[in-house]
Amino acid sequence: MSDARNDMTCCSGDQPASPEPGFWRRGGWLLLALPLWFALYHVLEPCADWLAYTRLGLAPASRLGSAVAFFAYDAPKVVMLLALVVLGVTFVQTFISPDRTRDILAGRAGIWGNLLASVFGIFTPFCSCSAVPLFIGFVRVGVPLGVTFSFLVSAPMVNEVALFLLLGLFGWKIALIYAGTGLAVAFLAGWVIGKLRMEKHLEDWVMQIDFKPSTVAEAGKSFSERLDLAVDGVRDIVGKVWPYLLAGIAVGAFIHGYAPEALMAHIMGKAAWWSVPLAVLIGVPLYSNAAGVIPIVQALLGKGAALGTVLAFMMAVTALSLPETIILRKVLKPRLIAVFITVVTAGILLVGYLFNAIM
Amino acid sequence: MKIEILGTGCAKCALLGKHADEAARSLGLDYELSYVKEIPDILARGVMSTPALVVDGVVKLQGHVPTVRSLAQLLRG
Repeated sequence: MSDARNDMTCCSGDQPASPEPGFWRRGGWLLLALPLWFALYHVLEPCADWLAYTRLGLAPASRLGSAVAFFAYDAPKVVMLLALVVLGVTFVQTFISPDRTRDILAGRAGIWGNLLASVFGIFTPFCSCSAVPLFIGFVRVGVPLGVTFSFLVSAPMVNEVALFLLLGLFGWKIALIYAGTGLAVAFLAGWVIGKLRMEKHLEDWVMQIDFKPSTVAEAGKSFSERLDLAVDGVRDIVGKVWPYLLAGIAVGAFIHGYAPEALMAHIMGKAAWWSVPLAVLIGVPLYSNAAGVIPIVQALLGKGAALGTVLAFMMAVTALSLPETIILRKVLKPRLIAVFITVVTAGILLVGYLFNAIM
Repeated sequence: MKIEILGTGCAKCALLGKHADEAARSLGLDYELSYVKEIPDILARGVMSTPALVVDGVVKLQGHVPTVRSLAQLLRG
Protein backbone atom coordinates (compact mmCIF):
# COMPACT_ATOMS: atom_id res chain seq x y z
CA MET A 1 0.00 0.00 0.00
CA SER A 2 2.64 2.49 1.01
CA ASP A 3 4.73 1.26 -1.91
CA ALA A 4 2.00 2.13 -4.37
CA ARG A 5 1.64 5.60 -2.95
CA ASN A 6 5.38 6.12 -3.13
CA ASP A 7 5.29 5.11 -6.72
CA MET A 8 2.61 7.60 -7.57
CA THR A 9 4.31 10.56 -5.97
CA CYS A 10 7.56 9.69 -7.64
CA CYS A 11 6.13 9.84 -11.13
CA SER A 12 3.82 12.78 -10.82
CA GLY A 13 6.45 15.52 -10.95
CA ASP A 14 9.87 16.15 -12.39
CA GLN A 15 11.70 14.85 -9.34
CA PRO A 16 15.41 15.50 -9.64
CA ALA A 17 16.32 12.75 -7.22
CA SER A 18 14.41 9.84 -8.79
CA PRO A 19 17.24 7.38 -9.45
CA GLU A 20 15.94 4.92 -12.07
CA PRO A 21 12.91 5.94 -14.10
CA GLY A 22 10.52 3.06 -14.62
CA PHE A 23 9.86 1.27 -17.88
CA TRP A 24 6.99 3.57 -18.80
CA ARG A 25 8.96 6.74 -18.21
CA ARG A 26 11.96 5.37 -20.06
CA GLY A 27 10.00 5.19 -23.30
CA GLY A 28 7.61 2.28 -22.82
CA TRP A 29 4.70 4.67 -23.28
CA LEU A 30 5.68 4.95 -26.95
CA LEU A 31 4.57 1.33 -27.49
CA LEU A 32 1.06 2.38 -26.55
CA ALA A 33 1.05 5.92 -27.95
CA LEU A 34 2.24 5.13 -31.47
CA PRO A 35 -0.46 2.58 -32.42
CA LEU A 36 -3.05 4.89 -30.87
CA TRP A 37 -1.72 7.72 -33.00
CA PHE A 38 -2.03 5.70 -36.22
CA ALA A 39 -5.52 4.47 -35.35
CA LEU A 40 -6.71 8.00 -34.65
CA TYR A 41 -5.04 9.37 -37.77
CA HIS A 42 -6.97 6.95 -39.94
CA VAL A 43 -10.43 7.76 -38.60
CA LEU A 44 -9.98 11.53 -38.91
CA GLU A 45 -11.46 11.92 -42.37
CA PRO A 46 -14.72 10.01 -41.75
CA CYS A 47 -15.08 11.88 -38.45
CA ALA A 48 -14.65 15.26 -40.14
CA ASP A 49 -17.13 14.37 -42.88
CA TRP A 50 -19.60 13.17 -40.27
CA LEU A 51 -19.22 16.42 -38.34
CA ALA A 52 -19.64 18.68 -41.36
CA TYR A 53 -22.27 16.81 -43.36
CA THR A 54 -24.25 14.77 -40.83
CA ARG A 55 -23.98 16.61 -37.53
CA LEU A 56 -24.02 20.15 -38.95
CA GLY A 57 -26.14 19.11 -41.94
CA LEU A 58 -24.09 21.00 -44.53
CA ALA A 59 -24.28 19.92 -48.15
CA PRO A 60 -21.03 18.31 -49.37
CA ALA A 61 -21.20 20.32 -52.58
CA SER A 62 -21.74 23.65 -50.83
CA ARG A 63 -18.89 26.11 -50.30
CA LEU A 64 -19.40 26.32 -46.55
CA GLY A 65 -19.68 22.55 -46.33
CA SER A 66 -16.41 21.87 -48.10
CA ALA A 67 -14.62 24.64 -46.16
CA VAL A 68 -15.82 23.25 -42.82
CA ALA A 69 -14.96 19.67 -43.76
CA PHE A 70 -11.48 20.81 -44.88
CA PHE A 71 -10.89 22.57 -41.57
CA ALA A 72 -12.29 19.79 -39.39
CA TYR A 73 -10.13 17.22 -41.18
CA ASP A 74 -7.00 19.27 -41.66
CA ALA A 75 -6.64 20.93 -38.26
CA PRO A 76 -6.35 17.74 -36.17
CA LYS A 77 -4.47 15.98 -38.97
CA VAL A 78 -1.74 18.59 -39.29
CA VAL A 79 -1.40 18.98 -35.52
CA MET A 80 -1.05 15.22 -35.08
CA LEU A 81 1.42 14.98 -37.92
CA LEU A 82 3.37 17.90 -36.50
CA ALA A 83 3.59 16.28 -33.07
CA LEU A 84 4.92 13.01 -34.49
CA VAL A 85 7.37 14.78 -36.81
CA VAL A 86 8.73 17.03 -34.08
CA LEU A 87 9.17 14.04 -31.77
CA GLY A 88 11.28 12.23 -34.35
CA VAL A 89 13.24 15.25 -35.54
CA THR A 90 14.06 16.53 -32.05
CA PHE A 91 15.19 13.07 -31.03
CA VAL A 92 17.61 12.90 -33.97
CA GLN A 93 18.77 16.45 -33.29
CA THR A 94 19.98 15.50 -29.81
CA PHE A 95 22.88 13.88 -31.68
CA ILE A 96 23.85 17.06 -33.56
CA SER A 97 25.10 20.38 -32.20
CA PRO A 98 26.19 23.67 -33.78
CA ASP A 99 29.68 23.20 -32.31
CA ARG A 100 30.14 19.88 -34.02
CA THR A 101 28.83 21.31 -37.29
CA ARG A 102 31.19 24.26 -36.99
CA ASP A 103 34.20 22.01 -36.48
CA ILE A 104 33.23 19.93 -39.49
CA LEU A 105 32.90 23.02 -41.69
CA ALA A 106 35.99 24.88 -40.47
CA GLY A 107 38.52 25.41 -43.23
CA ARG A 108 36.40 23.73 -45.87
CA ALA A 109 36.60 26.07 -48.82
CA GLY A 110 35.10 25.36 -52.20
CA ILE A 111 32.04 23.59 -53.49
CA TRP A 112 32.11 20.77 -50.92
CA GLY A 113 32.06 23.26 -48.10
CA ASN A 114 28.97 24.97 -49.48
CA LEU A 115 27.24 21.67 -50.12
CA LEU A 116 28.00 20.27 -46.68
CA ALA A 117 26.95 23.53 -44.99
CA SER A 118 23.61 23.51 -46.85
CA VAL A 119 22.87 19.97 -45.71
CA PHE A 120 23.94 20.60 -42.11
CA GLY A 121 21.84 23.76 -42.12
CA ILE A 122 18.71 21.62 -42.34
CA PHE A 123 19.31 19.46 -39.32
CA THR A 124 21.55 21.41 -36.97
CA PRO A 125 19.32 22.65 -34.19
CA PHE A 126 19.80 26.24 -33.18
CA CYS A 127 17.61 28.91 -31.67
CA SER A 128 16.96 31.68 -34.19
CA CYS A 129 17.93 34.24 -31.55
CA SER A 130 21.49 32.92 -31.49
CA ALA A 131 22.07 33.62 -35.20
CA VAL A 132 24.56 36.43 -34.53
CA PRO A 133 26.83 34.65 -32.02
CA LEU A 134 26.64 31.59 -34.26
CA PHE A 135 27.65 33.59 -37.32
CA ILE A 136 30.64 35.08 -35.48
CA GLY A 137 31.59 31.73 -34.01
CA PHE A 138 31.63 30.14 -37.46
CA VAL A 139 33.60 32.91 -39.16
CA ARG A 140 36.13 33.27 -36.36
CA VAL A 141 36.96 29.59 -36.21
CA GLY A 142 37.73 29.57 -39.91
CA VAL A 143 34.54 28.54 -41.64
CA PRO A 144 34.73 30.46 -44.96
CA LEU A 145 32.23 33.31 -45.28
CA GLY A 146 30.42 31.78 -48.24
CA VAL A 147 30.13 28.42 -46.45
CA THR A 148 28.71 30.18 -43.39
CA PHE A 149 26.09 31.81 -45.60
CA SER A 150 25.11 28.50 -47.16
CA PHE A 151 24.43 27.30 -43.62
CA LEU A 152 22.51 30.42 -42.62
CA VAL A 153 20.30 30.38 -45.72
CA SER A 154 19.52 26.69 -45.63
CA ALA A 155 18.66 26.64 -41.92
CA PRO A 156 15.40 28.63 -42.14
CA MET A 157 14.62 27.82 -45.76
CA VAL A 158 14.66 24.05 -45.56
CA ASN A 159 12.85 23.55 -42.31
CA GLU A 160 13.21 20.00 -41.10
CA VAL A 161 9.73 19.95 -39.62
CA ALA A 162 8.16 21.37 -42.78
CA LEU A 163 10.05 18.78 -44.79
CA PHE A 164 8.47 15.85 -43.00
CA LEU A 165 5.06 17.54 -42.90
CA LEU A 166 5.22 17.78 -46.69
CA LEU A 167 6.23 14.15 -46.83
CA GLY A 168 3.17 13.18 -44.79
CA LEU A 169 0.72 15.42 -46.64
CA PHE A 170 1.90 15.29 -50.26
CA GLY A 171 4.24 12.36 -50.57
CA TRP A 172 7.96 12.05 -51.20
CA LYS A 173 8.11 13.81 -54.56
CA ILE A 174 7.03 17.22 -53.26
CA ALA A 175 9.12 16.78 -50.11
CA LEU A 176 12.18 15.98 -52.21
CA ILE A 177 11.58 18.95 -54.50
CA TYR A 178 11.23 21.22 -51.48
CA ALA A 179 14.48 20.00 -49.90
CA GLY A 180 16.36 19.87 -53.20
CA THR A 181 15.47 23.35 -54.36
CA GLY A 182 16.05 24.86 -50.91
CA LEU A 183 19.49 23.24 -50.79
CA ALA A 184 20.23 24.51 -54.27
CA VAL A 185 19.38 28.10 -53.35
CA ALA A 186 21.44 27.90 -50.13
CA PHE A 187 24.35 26.35 -52.01
CA LEU A 188 24.26 28.96 -54.79
CA ALA A 189 23.81 31.95 -52.47
CA GLY A 190 26.78 30.90 -50.33
CA TRP A 191 28.91 30.05 -53.34
CA VAL A 192 28.28 33.45 -54.96
CA ILE A 193 28.99 35.33 -51.72
CA GLY A 194 32.20 33.32 -51.32
CA LYS A 195 33.29 34.11 -54.88
CA LEU A 196 32.64 37.83 -54.39
CA ARG A 197 35.17 37.88 -51.51
CA MET A 198 33.09 40.04 -49.24
CA GLU A 199 35.06 39.50 -46.02
CA LYS A 200 35.82 43.22 -45.74
CA HIS A 201 32.10 43.94 -45.60
CA LEU A 202 31.75 42.39 -42.18
CA GLU A 203 31.37 44.87 -39.35
CA ASP A 204 34.80 45.50 -37.81
CA TRP A 205 33.94 44.19 -34.35
CA VAL A 206 33.25 40.73 -35.76
CA MET A 207 36.94 40.09 -36.34
CA GLN A 208 38.21 42.14 -33.39
CA ILE A 209 36.11 40.74 -30.60
CA ASP A 210 37.60 38.35 -28.11
CA PHE A 211 36.45 34.83 -28.96
CA LYS A 212 38.01 31.51 -28.11
CA PRO A 213 35.58 28.62 -28.46
CA SER A 214 35.22 26.65 -25.29
CA THR A 215 34.63 22.97 -25.70
CA VAL A 216 31.92 21.51 -23.57
CA ALA A 217 32.40 17.96 -22.49
CA GLU A 218 28.79 17.02 -22.06
CA ALA A 219 28.09 13.58 -20.78
CA GLY A 220 26.53 11.25 -23.33
CA LYS A 221 22.77 11.23 -23.06
CA SER A 222 20.75 8.12 -22.43
CA PHE A 223 17.86 7.03 -24.62
CA SER A 224 15.29 8.21 -22.10
CA GLU A 225 17.06 11.55 -21.72
CA ARG A 226 16.91 12.08 -25.49
CA LEU A 227 13.28 11.04 -25.50
CA ASP A 228 12.52 13.50 -22.69
CA LEU A 229 14.13 16.24 -24.75
CA ALA A 230 12.06 15.19 -27.76
CA VAL A 231 8.84 15.34 -25.72
CA ASP A 232 9.88 18.78 -24.46
CA GLY A 233 10.43 19.76 -28.08
CA VAL A 234 6.92 18.62 -29.04
CA ARG A 235 5.42 20.60 -26.16
CA ASP A 236 7.51 23.63 -27.03
CA ILE A 237 7.03 23.69 -30.81
CA VAL A 238 3.41 22.57 -30.98
CA GLY A 239 2.62 25.04 -28.21
CA LYS A 240 4.26 27.84 -30.16
CA VAL A 241 3.13 26.94 -33.65
CA TRP A 242 -0.52 26.04 -33.23
CA PRO A 243 -1.93 29.57 -33.60
CA TYR A 244 -0.03 29.96 -36.90
CA LEU A 245 -1.16 26.53 -37.89
CA LEU A 246 -4.83 27.14 -37.18
CA ALA A 247 -4.66 30.51 -38.93
CA GLY A 248 -2.99 28.84 -41.89
CA ILE A 249 -5.57 26.07 -41.99
CA ALA A 250 -8.41 28.61 -41.71
CA VAL A 251 -7.00 30.56 -44.67
CA GLY A 252 -6.51 27.24 -46.45
CA ALA A 253 -10.11 26.21 -45.72
CA PHE A 254 -11.39 29.52 -47.03
CA ILE A 255 -9.38 29.12 -50.23
CA HIS A 256 -10.56 25.53 -50.51
CA GLY A 257 -14.23 26.44 -50.16
CA TYR A 258 -14.54 29.88 -51.69
CA ALA A 259 -11.68 30.81 -54.01
CA PRO A 260 -12.83 30.39 -57.60
CA GLU A 261 -10.62 27.88 -59.33
CA ALA A 262 -10.47 29.70 -62.63
CA LEU A 263 -9.31 32.93 -61.02
CA MET A 264 -6.70 31.16 -58.86
CA ALA A 265 -5.32 29.25 -61.81
CA HIS A 266 -5.19 32.52 -63.70
CA ILE A 267 -3.30 34.39 -60.96
CA MET A 268 -1.04 31.64 -59.67
CA GLY A 269 -0.95 29.33 -62.65
CA LYS A 270 2.15 28.98 -64.75
CA ALA A 271 0.80 30.99 -67.64
CA ALA A 272 1.25 34.26 -65.79
CA TRP A 273 4.94 35.23 -65.87
CA TRP A 274 4.52 37.76 -63.07
CA SER A 275 3.06 35.26 -60.62
CA VAL A 276 6.48 34.16 -59.33
CA PRO A 277 7.82 37.64 -58.44
CA LEU A 278 4.41 38.51 -57.04
CA ALA A 279 4.48 35.43 -54.81
CA VAL A 280 7.92 36.47 -53.50
CA LEU A 281 6.75 40.03 -52.96
CA ILE A 282 3.76 38.86 -50.94
CA GLY A 283 5.83 36.29 -49.08
CA VAL A 284 8.67 38.50 -47.79
CA PRO A 285 6.70 40.72 -45.36
CA LEU A 286 4.70 37.70 -44.19
CA TYR A 287 6.62 36.10 -41.42
CA SER A 288 5.44 32.74 -40.33
CA ASN A 289 6.74 29.45 -39.24
CA ALA A 290 7.15 27.05 -42.15
CA ALA A 291 4.56 24.77 -40.55
CA GLY A 292 1.96 27.55 -40.75
CA VAL A 293 2.49 28.05 -44.48
CA ILE A 294 1.91 24.44 -45.40
CA PRO A 295 -1.91 24.36 -45.05
CA ILE A 296 -2.06 27.41 -47.33
CA VAL A 297 0.26 25.70 -49.79
CA GLN A 298 -1.96 22.65 -49.69
CA ALA A 299 -5.08 24.65 -50.56
CA LEU A 300 -3.33 26.69 -53.27
CA LEU A 301 -2.02 23.57 -55.01
CA GLY A 302 -5.49 22.05 -54.85
CA LYS A 303 -6.88 25.08 -56.64
CA GLY A 304 -4.52 24.81 -59.57
CA ALA A 305 -1.67 27.10 -58.50
CA ALA A 306 1.59 26.23 -60.21
CA LEU A 307 4.14 24.34 -58.11
CA GLY A 308 7.00 26.75 -58.85
CA THR A 309 4.95 29.73 -57.76
CA VAL A 310 3.90 28.04 -54.55
CA LEU A 311 7.48 26.97 -53.79
CA ALA A 312 8.68 30.54 -54.32
CA PHE A 313 5.99 31.83 -51.99
CA MET A 314 6.91 29.36 -49.29
CA MET A 315 10.64 30.07 -49.54
CA ALA A 316 10.10 33.82 -49.43
CA VAL A 317 7.99 33.52 -46.29
CA THR A 318 10.54 31.40 -44.43
CA ALA A 319 13.97 32.47 -45.73
CA LEU A 320 13.65 36.22 -46.09
CA SER A 321 12.26 38.11 -43.16
CA LEU A 322 12.59 41.62 -41.87
CA PRO A 323 13.43 40.74 -38.24
CA GLU A 324 16.22 38.42 -39.35
CA THR A 325 17.67 41.04 -41.68
CA ILE A 326 17.71 43.60 -38.89
CA ILE A 327 19.54 41.16 -36.63
CA LEU A 328 22.10 40.35 -39.31
CA ARG A 329 22.74 44.05 -39.84
CA LYS A 330 24.66 43.93 -36.55
CA VAL A 331 27.40 41.89 -38.20
CA LEU A 332 27.11 42.74 -41.91
CA LYS A 333 27.74 46.08 -43.56
CA PRO A 334 24.93 47.36 -45.80
CA ARG A 335 26.52 46.16 -49.01
CA LEU A 336 26.82 42.56 -47.80
CA ILE A 337 23.22 42.69 -46.55
CA ALA A 338 22.14 43.90 -49.99
CA VAL A 339 24.09 41.12 -51.72
CA PHE A 340 22.62 38.54 -49.33
CA ILE A 341 19.03 39.64 -50.03
CA THR A 342 19.62 39.93 -53.77
CA VAL A 343 21.26 36.54 -54.11
CA VAL A 344 18.62 34.72 -52.07
CA THR A 345 15.78 36.46 -53.91
CA ALA A 346 17.35 35.63 -57.26
CA GLY A 347 17.68 32.01 -56.20
CA ILE A 348 14.03 31.82 -55.17
CA LEU A 349 12.86 33.38 -58.45
CA LEU A 350 15.02 30.92 -60.36
CA VAL A 351 13.47 27.97 -58.53
CA GLY A 352 9.97 29.33 -59.18
CA TYR A 353 10.49 29.78 -62.91
CA LEU A 354 12.38 26.52 -63.27
CA PHE A 355 9.59 24.45 -61.75
CA ASN A 356 6.87 26.26 -63.61
CA ALA A 357 8.79 25.53 -66.81
CA ILE A 358 9.40 21.82 -66.25
CA MET A 359 6.31 20.63 -64.38
CA MET B 1 28.37 28.77 -6.76
CA LYS B 2 27.97 31.27 -9.58
CA ILE B 3 25.47 30.24 -12.26
CA GLU B 4 25.26 32.28 -15.45
CA ILE B 5 22.61 31.91 -18.14
CA LEU B 6 23.88 33.10 -21.53
CA GLY B 7 21.46 34.23 -24.21
CA THR B 8 20.12 37.31 -25.93
CA GLY B 9 16.81 37.03 -24.14
CA CYS B 10 14.56 34.69 -26.06
CA ALA B 11 12.05 32.32 -24.49
CA LYS B 12 14.53 29.45 -24.37
CA CYS B 13 17.02 31.43 -22.29
CA ALA B 14 14.32 32.25 -19.75
CA LEU B 15 13.34 28.58 -19.65
CA LEU B 16 16.93 27.48 -19.02
CA GLY B 17 17.12 30.03 -16.21
CA LYS B 18 13.96 28.66 -14.67
CA HIS B 19 15.11 25.05 -14.93
CA ALA B 20 18.57 25.86 -13.52
CA ASP B 21 17.00 27.75 -10.65
CA GLU B 22 14.69 24.84 -9.82
CA ALA B 23 17.52 22.32 -10.06
CA ALA B 24 19.88 24.34 -7.85
CA ARG B 25 17.15 24.91 -5.27
CA SER B 26 16.20 21.25 -5.16
CA LEU B 27 19.85 20.41 -4.40
CA GLY B 28 19.94 23.04 -1.66
CA LEU B 29 22.96 24.72 -3.24
CA ASP B 30 24.33 28.07 -2.18
CA TYR B 31 24.17 29.85 -5.53
CA GLU B 32 23.75 33.10 -7.33
CA LEU B 33 22.03 33.12 -10.72
CA SER B 34 22.52 35.86 -13.28
CA TYR B 35 21.79 36.45 -16.97
CA VAL B 36 24.38 37.46 -19.58
CA LYS B 37 22.56 39.06 -22.49
CA GLU B 38 25.09 41.11 -24.48
CA ILE B 39 26.56 39.33 -27.51
CA PRO B 40 30.20 40.39 -26.86
CA ASP B 41 29.92 39.09 -23.28
CA ILE B 42 28.48 35.81 -24.53
CA LEU B 43 31.28 35.39 -27.08
CA ALA B 44 33.91 36.34 -24.49
CA ARG B 45 32.90 33.21 -22.60
CA GLY B 46 33.59 31.13 -25.69
CA VAL B 47 29.95 30.43 -26.42
CA MET B 48 28.30 30.73 -29.84
CA SER B 49 25.09 28.81 -29.46
CA THR B 50 22.64 29.97 -26.89
CA PRO B 51 21.07 29.34 -24.45
CA ALA B 52 24.16 28.29 -22.52
CA LEU B 53 24.96 27.54 -18.91
CA VAL B 54 28.19 28.65 -17.23
CA VAL B 55 29.02 27.51 -13.70
CA ASP B 56 31.86 29.27 -11.89
CA GLY B 57 33.33 30.37 -15.21
CA VAL B 58 33.16 26.94 -16.87
CA VAL B 59 30.80 26.39 -19.83
CA LYS B 60 28.65 23.42 -18.87
CA LEU B 61 26.25 23.25 -21.77
CA GLN B 62 25.22 25.22 -24.80
CA GLY B 63 22.48 25.25 -27.40
CA HIS B 64 19.71 23.41 -25.63
CA VAL B 65 17.51 23.35 -22.56
CA PRO B 66 17.76 20.10 -20.59
CA THR B 67 15.23 18.84 -18.08
CA VAL B 68 15.43 19.90 -14.44
CA ARG B 69 16.50 16.37 -13.57
CA SER B 70 19.55 16.31 -15.81
CA LEU B 71 20.46 19.87 -14.85
CA ALA B 72 20.52 18.77 -11.23
CA GLN B 73 22.90 15.95 -12.16
CA LEU B 74 25.08 18.43 -13.98
CA LEU B 75 25.18 20.88 -11.08
CA ARG B 76 25.93 18.15 -8.58
CA GLY B 77 28.85 16.66 -10.50
